Amino acid sequence: MKWRKRENRRLMPIRDQKDPARGVFTRRALLFMAVQAGAMGELARRLYKLQINDGDHYARMAANNRVSKRLLAPPRGRIVDRYGIALASNKENWRALLMPEETTDVSATIERFSAIIPLDERDRSRIGREMRHQRRFVPVMLRDFLSWDEMARIELNAPSLPGVLIDVGTRRVYPEGEMLAHIIGYVAPPNEGDVAGSALLALPGMRVGRAGIEQSQDERLRGNAGSVEMEVNAVGRMMSEINRVEGMPGEEISLTIDRGLQQKVLNHIGDQTASAVVLDCHNGEVLAMVSTPSFDPALFDSGVSHAQWIEWTDNVHTPLINKAVAGVYPPGSTFKPAVAMAALQSGLVSPTNRVFCPGHLDVGGTRFHCWSRWGHGSVDLHGALKYSCDVYFYEVARRIGMDRIAQAAHQMGLGVKLDIELPHTRDGLIPTPAWRQAHHHHWNGGDTIVSGIGQGFIQVTPLQLATYSARIATGRAVEPHLVRAINGELDPRAQAEHWPELGMPQNYLQALRDGMFAVVNEPHGTAPKAQLDLPGMTMAGKTGSAQVRHVSRALRETGHFNSADLPWEYRPHALFICFAPYDAPRYAVSVVIEHGNTGADAAAPLARDIMRDTLLRDPVNHTTPPPENVADASDTLE
Amino acid sequence: MRATPLSSTLHGRVRFHKRLLRAEPSFRLLAKLWRISWLYVLLICALAGVGYVTLYSAGGGTPYPFAAPQAIRFAVGLVIMITVAMLPPRILVLAAGPLYGLSLILLLAVLHAGHVGKGAERWLIIGGMQIQPSEFAKIALVLALAAWFSRVGYARMGNPLWLIPPAAMVLVPVALVLKEPNLGTAVIIGGIGAALFFAAGMRLWQIVLLLLPVPSLIKFAYAHLHDYQRARITTFLHPEDDPLGAGYNIIQSKIALGSGGMWGQGYLHGSQGQLNFLPEKQTDFIFTMIAEEWGFAGAVTILGLLLLVIMGGMAMAIRCRNRFGRLLALGISMNFFFYCLVNLSMVMGAIPVGGVPLPLISYGGSAMLNVMLGFGLLLSTWVHRDSRYGESLTDAQS
Repeated sequence: MKWRKRENRRLMPIRDQKDPARGVFTRRALLFMAVQAGAMGELARRLYKLQINDGDHYARMAANNRVSKRLLAPPRGRIVDRYGIALASNKENWRALLMPEETTDVSATIERFSAIIPLDERDRSRIGREMRHQRRFVPVMLRDFLSWDEMARIELNAPSLPGVLIDVGTRRVYPEGEMLAHIIGYVAPPNEGDVAGSALLALPGMRVGRAGIEQSQDERLRGNAGSVEMEVNAVGRMMSEINRVEGMPGEEISLTIDRGLQQKVLNHIGDQTASAVVLDCHNGEVLAMVSTPSFDPALFDSGVSHAQWIEWTDNVHTPLINKAVAGVYPPGSTFKPAVAMAALQSGLVSPTNRVFCPGHLDVGGTRFHCWSRWGHGSVDLHGALKYSCDVYFYEVARRIGMDRIAQAAHQMGLGVKLDIELPHTRDGLIPTPAWRQAHHHHWNGGDTIVSGIGQGFIQVTPLQLATYSARIATGRAVEPHLVRAINGELDPRAQAEHWPELGMPQNYLQALRDGMFAVVNEPHGTAPKAQLDLPGMTMAGKTGSAQVRHVSRALRETGHFNSADLPWEYRPHALFICFAPYDAPRYAVSVVIEHGNTGADAAAPLARDIMRDTLLRDPVNHTTPPPENVADASDTLE
Repeated sequence: MRATPLSSTLHGRVRFHKRLLRAEPSFRLLAKLWRISWLYVLLICALAGVGYVTLYSAGGGTPYPFAAPQAIRFAVGLVIMITVAMLPPRILVLAAGPLYGLSLILLLAVLHAGHVGKGAERWLIIGGMQIQPSEFAKIALVLALAAWFSRVGYARMGNPLWLIPPAAMVLVPVALVLKEPNLGTAVIIGGIGAALFFAAGMRLWQIVLLLLPVPSLIKFAYAHLHDYQRARITTFLHPEDDPLGAGYNIIQSKIALGSGGMWGQGYLHGSQGQLNFLPEKQTDFIFTMIAEEWGFAGAVTILGLLLLVIMGGMAMAIRCRNRFGRLLALGISMNFFFYCLVNLSMVMGAIPVGGVPLPLISYGGSAMLNVMLGFGLLLSTWVHRDSRYGESLTDAQS
């Protein structure tokens, strides 16, 4: 076997005498092999470092890679009336969204989309704005409120629309539309400032309250965002859901409003430009609050057109303004009980003091007219309220001075900020010499005198008038409020005991109530038209006709002065405040009809109708709304 | 086995066959098939099997779109490999010149009519098949250089004049591939060429003389790099600077590797690969998928298998009795080694990213066929390891 041995030796010849080239090759090839083995060893060492030494670090990075956390938009809380009837709720809204990171050419995709579903200029500018400001993984809404037909068209063209997906969000719906628009308010898409302040608002479909309860209770209604942790792939598409934390839906706000009563008040007002407030005297719950004309709040959800906005803002009847809290009017004669209270509290005037009314009062060379040319003769407090004698209150105001009047008026809720849950309210004004001087004007004696009959600089809101009426009726410092319960939990303000006494002597208050009773129920009272036709129930009230234009002597002396002949915007405002039942007051109503001419003829009958319906429905003593047919039956009593 | 007329004893029959092989006539096909190293073929099949299993995972747990087509290509590659393994050195040497010429023509064609892929890979479409001429050029170059050096012989290599033609044979394809521009492949071609020069018996003084100007050459080369190539180098040095741009591949690759740990996340459960964080996970970055799903244990096993293939090839080169076969086997093994080294270094973030697949495992037809063609040549040197082809032409007997 010698040859075999030789052969074996020559299989891997390091040195080959016969073939030196083969020896060189073998040595060099072995060198290569060493290098190759070393290189693979180095790779293995590197792999060990990556996978074992730094494994935890990279495993953490991998987890961050694949888990994406997204916020879930919570449903906005409902707003219901005192019986739980929905006044604002949510409805499904099918939307087309675009995930910018899932399409290669965003603008081309939008163009193809608009060939299927036309996008108008407003849509385009909004999409452009959202694209600029949102991060790439937040979807941008292309169109919402899609119909079934539109959705079918999008689905059909899905292959040519990469990154476009349809999802369902919610839209805010207001079943009562215009009826409660001023109270409920409306929602609108958040602006850039809102989004910067809250990540939640960046989610598509989120809305921000822009008026009314929607605005004042926005935080509560909005709720808390839920979150979902998803396993995502490299382009951010969800592969599976890892963890889901449901958001807290917005809280349900129960209002003090009685939707049925609101409707009835609205019916009574008809097409007049007016405002009416119905309060629970005991606790200040607002049972109805109407301001006409109104607007459709649903228009704001998708954005109001410019033309529509101009139409609203140019309208002299100011449909966007809630006149009950933001309309300010001179109270006219409805202010007289406040002056009377100030007079009684001052101790300078007693209820039996009499003033002679010849039809005018001359002070410092100026003649102040009573509304009755012929005068009321000698009147005491009771008569002055009953006849609404101007001269009596000129004289009383002159005696006690403006500061006392202002103090009493503020105490009774006039010209002060009320704690109502509505934005954009106005405080009105009870002028004082100090206020006048602060504006660099002199306070004249005449200013005090005209203030005695609620004219001059005095301005109050209908809500303040209703509060004033309620405070006269109960002697408690009730504040009007709209929120009755949150998520079913009753607000402490619903208890009458929550409200402190005003600190006004009962006999003084009773004197005012008697006077107001006489206005409606005694012969020669100014508001016989306000008498209730319900058995065993009477109401007390006070008329007011507030001039908006000075009546010149020339006009007055022709004797043919009739404000009803004036153009609409120069006619006096018609006002009426009242409470009922007289012997156990429960409801207070204020009515202001803009340019309604006279409180006795326009406002008093309206207030009576409202009070009558309120008493029949008696919302504070019911936990369920009275069936509508009962209300109909009572209508047949008339 | 048919009885032979010359000898009827077993001993005599073996000797007869050895003689036949040395004289290299066309002896029976069956005997040649028997001489194929079936162990080596098994090793190749094992690696291809790893590729199939991994591509199955890359396809999301289904044979399509990657695993099944790749299996078919491998089957075709096996047939090509066995067929090529039957070819004797005489025919391979004859084919070397024309094949090298063809490879140059294809490289020129791809420069003018090629399709450009991501970064720099270029390919031609011929008869519906994608062909990457630069892959084919490597094999053709190895063949041509082996043929040249076996003809020139060791003794004559002392004269540098004999080294000028082969140097040109290396530099022409390198220049053409650089022009594509495909830096990675050009470096590999140059490396293979250098390895063959060295193995063929280049003198040490020649090597030293050649290496002297290298530093200034590198400087010159960097100045003429394309922007994207420089970007690769800078991102390689600082990948975290640009995590979503050019550095993305490296970072994601490292994350996938690192999250594999010791035993991996489990087959079909590698989050980074399955969730598409890994770029080109079925082609260049397939090793990261293996490492993520099978962990360090699996990855090192693959490294070991690859090293076995390389070492096996080198052993075949050393064992070969003819100079042509030795050089051919070494060139093919070096080619395979460079493939693995560049790809693995790339996915581990050790060298800049370049479009080099992992042979036998990555998805792709052109690379698979070229690799199998190379293994065919390798096995051919093994089948004809005892052939004395070329002895009379060289100084071996002097």
